[in-house]
This record gives sequence, structure tokens and C-alpha cells, in this order.
Amino acid sequence: MAVQIEKGKHLDMYRTMTRIRGFEANVERLFAEGKIPGFVHLYLGEEAVATGVCAALREDDYINSTHRGHGHCVAKGGRLKEMFAEIYGKRTGYCKGKGGSMHIAAVEKGILGANGIVGGGLTLANGAAFSAQYRGTDQVAVCFFGDGATNNATFHEGINLAALWNLPVIFVCENNQFGMSVPQKNHQKIVDISIRAQAYGIPGITLDGNDVVKIYETALEAVNRARGDGGPTLIECKTYRHKGHFQGDPDTYRDKKEIKKWITERDPIQKYREFLLQSQIVSEKHLEAIDKEVEEEIIEAIRFAEESPLPAAEETLEDVYVEL
Amino acid sequence: MREMTYVQALNEALREELIRDESVFIAGEDVGLYGGNLGVTRGLFQEFGQKRVKDTPISEAAIVGLGVGAAATGLRPCVEIMYVDFVGCCMEQILNQTSKLRYMFGGKIKLPLVIRTQGGAGFSAAAHHSQSLEAFFTHIPGLKVVMPSTPYDAKGLLKASIRDDNPVIFIEHKFLTDFKGPVPEDDYTIPLAEAELKRQGENATIITWSYMVHVALKAAERLAGEGIEVEVIDLRTLKPLDEKTVLGSVEKTGKVVILHEACRTSGFGAEVAAIIGDKAFDYLDGPIKRVTAPDTPVPFSPVLERFFMPDEEDVIRAIHETLG
Repeated sequence: MAVQIEKGKHLDMYRTMTRIRGFEANVERLFAEGKIPGFVHLYLGEEAVATGVCAALREDDYINSTHRGHGHCVAKGGRLKEMFAEIYGKRTGYCKGKGGSMHIAAVEKGILGANGIVGGGLTLANGAAFSAQYRGTDQVAVCFFGDGATNNATFHEGINLAALWNLPVIFVCENNQFGMSVPQKNHQKIVDISIRAQAYGIPGITLDGNDVVKIYETALEAVNRARGDGGPTLIECKTYRHKGHFQGDPDTYRDKKEIKKWITERDPIQKYREFLLQSQIVSEKHLEAIDKEVEEEIIEAIRFAEESPLPAAEETLEDVYVEL
Repeated sequence: MREMTYVQALNEALREELIRDESVFIAGEDVGLYGGNLGVTRGLFQEFGQKRVKDTPISEAAIVGLGVGAAATGLRPCVEIMYVDFVGCCMEQILNQTSKLRYMFGGKIKLPLVIRTQGGAGFSAAAHHSQSLEAFFTHIPGLKVVMPSTPYDAKGLLKASIRDDNPVIFIEHKFLTDFKGPVPEDDYTIPLAEAELKRQGENATIITWSYMVHVALKAAERLAGEGIEVEVIDLRTLKPLDEKTVLGSVEKTGKVVILHEACRTSGFGAEVAAIIGDKAFDYLDGPIKRVTAPDTPVPFSPVLERFFMPDEEDVIRAIHETLG
């Protein structure tokens, strides 16, 4: 499906991956410094999935996401300032400090929220896709979820309904090979989750989840199919998280050599960088300039979050209901 | 005024709202061609077509999730869970998604979603098709809970629920299906949060809702024959609760019986009793009595089910007890 990818798209994708990496590396640091309350699930190592998929979307398309959701939010156009502020629990955050790391939403960007419940979002993405179909727009919805979610009832109920109603939705499984601590082979008998698509009568495909170009090309095809009334697709991206399930996870269930290998040999950003340079799409200097810009953007975003006011305690009581 | 059944009134409410607002749609099990398990959606599929009246697979989580995602993106879904007992299959979507998205997103979305369902016993339908589970929902911030007892209320409350910008759990009582009453032809709504004083009295107050309103009224009629005048309050909307009407009656009579069909422990009656104890303690002339089902599953055999359901005798006994 050789799609000619323009240089600008490559640069955008490189920037997005770098922004996610920088965002998460700083979340890791700030969490360790005790500046971020609660707990965080880092997307480090999985950047290619959110980036490649969201690069195939328009601003008015919808996504919803998971507990490991920062990357999706960045890739769909979430602003780093409001994201950091939310994670800091500040009033200026995307959710006014009410959601935190696991519930960032930016509705104006089509980001219908991360979700703290594994498998909680597939059916909601159907709703957004149905809404687009009902209103007669050509918007699509993307639902991100992990391998663990594919054993949940909502995976089966959700994909069956989407297939049946030909909804413009793309189900993106980020198979990082562990449902929290349990390896995939101990939580399901199949190897390629995408084969389940066949059971619902929709296309399914398994990809290298660290190859952003391949993910973009595949997502674009699925998105175009959905826009053209061709129904849903299940895309499985096999990837790996560089860190534990959450920060502070002792990560005793993964092989240290395996972790090291994925970080040193299969890092999605490193691989993409090499590809861009080897293909002479862009110069090293240009990439370094992007790195620098992203670094500055992140410093500025963190400053914004740190200088932002906390919510007033009484704001706890607001936003439960729409008041008449 | 013309008379119609409870189900006809609900049907008319749905029909009028489908006509009034293009963003309203109906989805659920057997709501289409079949016309709904109890006939509430009869004829709507034929009149409005499959775009707006949608049969779904037997997938309760997918039904609720569809509603949430569609409501978050501009539609006004009115979805049906055939029996309230089946919320066990989709409670996650109600508990964690429907009720919380707005709050977790800092008030940035509204969810104008109605989840219609049928509850209650009386048909020997046994423990999986007969429960009264309203207390599940009143305990969840972010939901409104409505339980109409008459055709007039059914229509006015359903129309108000569909027009409300918050998620509403709308629980019909299956024993009232063929119950007839006056329903005006004009377009009226009943505000969510207004109880109704069904009968005035000086000696005691019965606070109740749904089918039990009729049990209370029959008991009140018999008590009047003994010279005991009881006030009967139909809460209609459990959440938000019309405390003013409740407390006003308690101040007047000083004696309270709370009547509900749900099991006793942690039933909504406990909440009503606590509010009265807190806010009208000085007006009470005796202990607050609860007449409820026992803490058992709903039994099958008619003789057992009759024992299970509170009846007039139970209410009369409780009134005598509270009057000393």
C-alpha cells in the first residue's frame, strides 16, 4: 500500500513522538520528585502507535484512550500546558484538576477522554462513531486499548455492534504483551489478537507497533475505509513498554534482558530517526532543532503547570450535574 | 380527559420527543420491529425507521456505551435495558462512565442520556426479572433517578428526562403496564425533583414511589374508614429528592411510614429516614417505620412472591404501630 508520505508529515510524526517521549520522561522525573499526586502509567516505548494512528486523523475525528493515555492525548493535539497542569492537579488543567493522569480529555480536539477502566472505552467509541454516522458527517472514532482489554466483555460486545452497524470506528489494540503483570500467553491462547476481527466479520491486521510509518499507512487505510462507509477495522500493534505498568511497579515479571533489548534495539523513536536520516528525508540538524524546540515547549509547559493555581477545595462540589 | 395506559403514555412520550428533536434516538433489545418487551416502543420503528429506533444485540454494555458516546457527541439517546436486573451486565458503563465522565472532565461535556428500564415484581418472573434496584443508582453521584407511578407521570417525566442534559435512570414498573389514567393531549413535562402529594391527611405520612404508591393509596382509603387520615407522598424522582415536600408533610403529621418494594437493607427508604431524622427530628412523634420487601431474592411461586411484596395489610399494620 505504498503511500507517498510527504516530508511535512514525517516531520510532524517525528515531533509528536519526541513530544510524547519528552512529556513522559518529565512525568517520570516529576513523579519521582513527589510533585505529581496519585500514580502514573507511562507510554514510554509505545510512542509510534499513538503517533502513527493520530497522524491519519483529522482534528474533528474522535479518539478515546486508556489509563496509559498521555501519548494519545499528545498525538491528537492535546496541549502540553493543560496536560501537565491536569497531572499536577491544577485548576488550569484540562479537567480543572478533577480527572488527573487517567482521565485527561480535550473535547474540542476530539479527545473524549482517557479511561481508568480496562476495556471501558470501546463501547463509548462506538457511540461517538454512531453519532457521526447519525449526523451524516464523515468523522471517524478511534479507540485505543491494550491486550488486556481484549478479554473483557466490552471488547466483544463493542466490536460486534460496530461491525453489525458498520460504524466508522477503528479499534487499535496496543499489545504491549502484558496485562499488568500477566504475559499475553498466560491471559489468552492466541498470539495475534487481530485474528479475532474475523469472528466479527471485519478486517484485522497485526503490525510492528514500533514502526510508525507502517502504523500510519495502515491506520490511513482503515480511516479511509471507515470514512467511506466501509466499517470498522481492528489493528493490533505489537509493542512494549519501557517502564513497569505504573511508576513504582517493581516490574519483577519481565525479563531484564528482554526489557533492555526493546529499549536499545527496538526503540520506536530511535528507529524512526535512523530511517529518516538514512532515507535522507531530513537532516540530523533539522531533527536536533525539533528536539530543542520540543524541550523548550516542555519546560514552558511545566512552568505553566507549576505556577498555576490549585482549585479551591469547594470546587469538589461543582460539575457533577448540568445545572438548569 | 382521555385515559390511556402507562405503556401507551410512555410510548406517546417517546413518539413526541422523536418528532420534536431530531437528535433523539432509541436503541435497545427488541425495541424495533417487536416494539419493546412490554410494548413501550410499539409502532415507533415503523414510523421513524431503523435509523432512529434501533434493535441491538443482547449486549447491555454496548447499549449503554453507545448511549454515552453518542450523548457526549451531540445526540440525545434514549436507550433501553430490558429489565433492571440486567444492569448487572452493564453496571461498569453506568457506574464508571455514564455517571462520571462529566465530572472527571471538569464539566466539559454533558451527557443527555436516558436509560429506560423496567423493574419490580408481581408476575412470578422470579429473581432475575423482578428486582427493585433504585438504590444502586441513587448512590452514584452524577445520575438522576426517576420512577413514575401513573400514566400522567410516566409521560411527563419521560419527556422531561429526555430533555434533561444529565444522565437519567428511568425505571418503569412492569406491574403498571396496563394501569390506566388520565393523560392530557398537550405537550407537558414534569420537573425532575418534584414529589407529589397524592392524598392529604393529618395523622401520618406515607412516603413511597412507583407501584407502591397504589398500595399506599389503597391502604390510606381503608385507614380513612377507621378515621385515620394519612398523607401519601409519591416521590416520583428519587434523585434529586424533593426534600421540601417530604419534610413539610413530616412537620404536619409527625408520624412517618416509608414504603418501598425493594429489599430493606440499604434501600432508598433508609436514606429518606436519615434525612427526616436529621432535618425534622423535632417534629417526629414516634419512630420512623419502614415497610419493605424482606432481604431475600424475589421468589417465584405466587404465594412466596405475595409474601415478598409489601401489601396494604403491611402498610396498615405499620401505620397502627406508628400511631401507637
